Amino acid sequence: MFELLFEPRWSPYLAGAGIGLLVCLTLLLSDRPLGASTAFAKTGGMLARVIARERIESMDYYERVTPTVDWQFLILPGVILGGLIAAILSGTFAPEFVPPFWSARFGENGILRFVAALAGGILLGFGARWAGGCTSGHGISGNLQLSLASMLASAGFFIGGILVALALFGIPVGRGIWGLI
Amino acid sequence: MTLDDIRSNRPVQMGLALLFGIVFGFLLVRGGATHHAVIWGQLLLYDFTVVKIMLSAVLVGMVGFQILRSLGLARAHVAPPTLGTHLVGGLIFGLGFGLLGLCPGTVGGAIGRGSIDALIGGGLGLLIGTFLFALVYPRVERGIAKVGPLRWKTLPDLLGGVNPWVVVIPMGVLILAVFWVLESLRL
Repeated sequence: MFELLFEPRWSPYLAGAGIGLLVCLTLLLSDRPLGASTAFAKTGGMLARVIARERIESMDYYERVTPTVDWQFLILPGVILGGLIAAILSGTFAPEFVPPFWSARFGENGILRFVAALAGGILLGFGARWAGGCTSGHGISGNLQLSLASMLASAGFFIGGILVALALFGIPVGRGIWGLI
Repeated sequence: MTLDDIRSNRPVQMGLALLFGIVFGFLLVRGGATHHAVIWGQLLLYDFTVVKIMLSAVLVGMVGFQILRSLGLARAHVAPPTLGTHLVGGLIFGLGFGLLGLCPGTVGGAIGRGSIDALIGGGLGLLIGTFLFALVYPRVERGIAKVGPLRWKTLPDLLGGVNPWVVVIPMGVLILAVFWVLESLRL
């Protein structure tokens, strides 16, 4: 049982079931769905407030999503720490700059990758706050409550993601569902 | 200590939030979802790890949530859906999902496992992107967010206000069938 904690990869079904139980616990003990993108909005707001306190505090968005260290914010340092603990326990912690999957297609150019990743992050953050949640808040927490808003958002996540991935990397002919066609 | 005491105790909630985050990050790494290759493999439709993780979470959480709710221990947190908010926002998110090869939660987990790409590219981008949204929020909220409202909030509402279990049980069977198909096809 304890050995499992040190295994680098688990069955996706086991990891997913654990996340499902975790969301039940957040709803039970904190009366909140589990989400990840709000924490970035709060962090951004806290950083911007250092520069322009009054301007930030008068913005409608930050009245609704207060830029403070609270429950939704603390999820993020927790996730980073949890990822670090997982990697250390399995001995797989390794600094990695350009993801190997990217460099196999676009080469090792770090500037190119930085620009793409930054643009990707900007669209993720903008879209997640527009939709009121991300793959955690809508994709898991909302869908498991049978929320239609979350199902619409999830459709958008995957339609947009599949189109961009196919445009970047091309159809992987003969692999996965492409091998069935 | 009652449930309300736990929910309204700020230090307890702060500790729980950190603990929930740690477990979430741990499970995301163990599931493989913090690797760009796994996310891109899913979006290119040949590695269904992400779908398996998400649907297993939905299956277990859906049943667990309905049990909690029928016992009066949890309540629903669902937004009134509009195409302008959820589909449009979801599509914008999707473009970033495809470019970065991670999502906000897996950015956190990937930073933990050592991805500098997730930290200085994805993480910084997320801070900028959420801030840009905060700037346009009043205009979005008054305008496009109101376009295409749906009359129902949940799938049971859509089906005429049926008992949630009438939806949960077939949905659970459907998810298991999807798993069976994915495994049969070795996806």
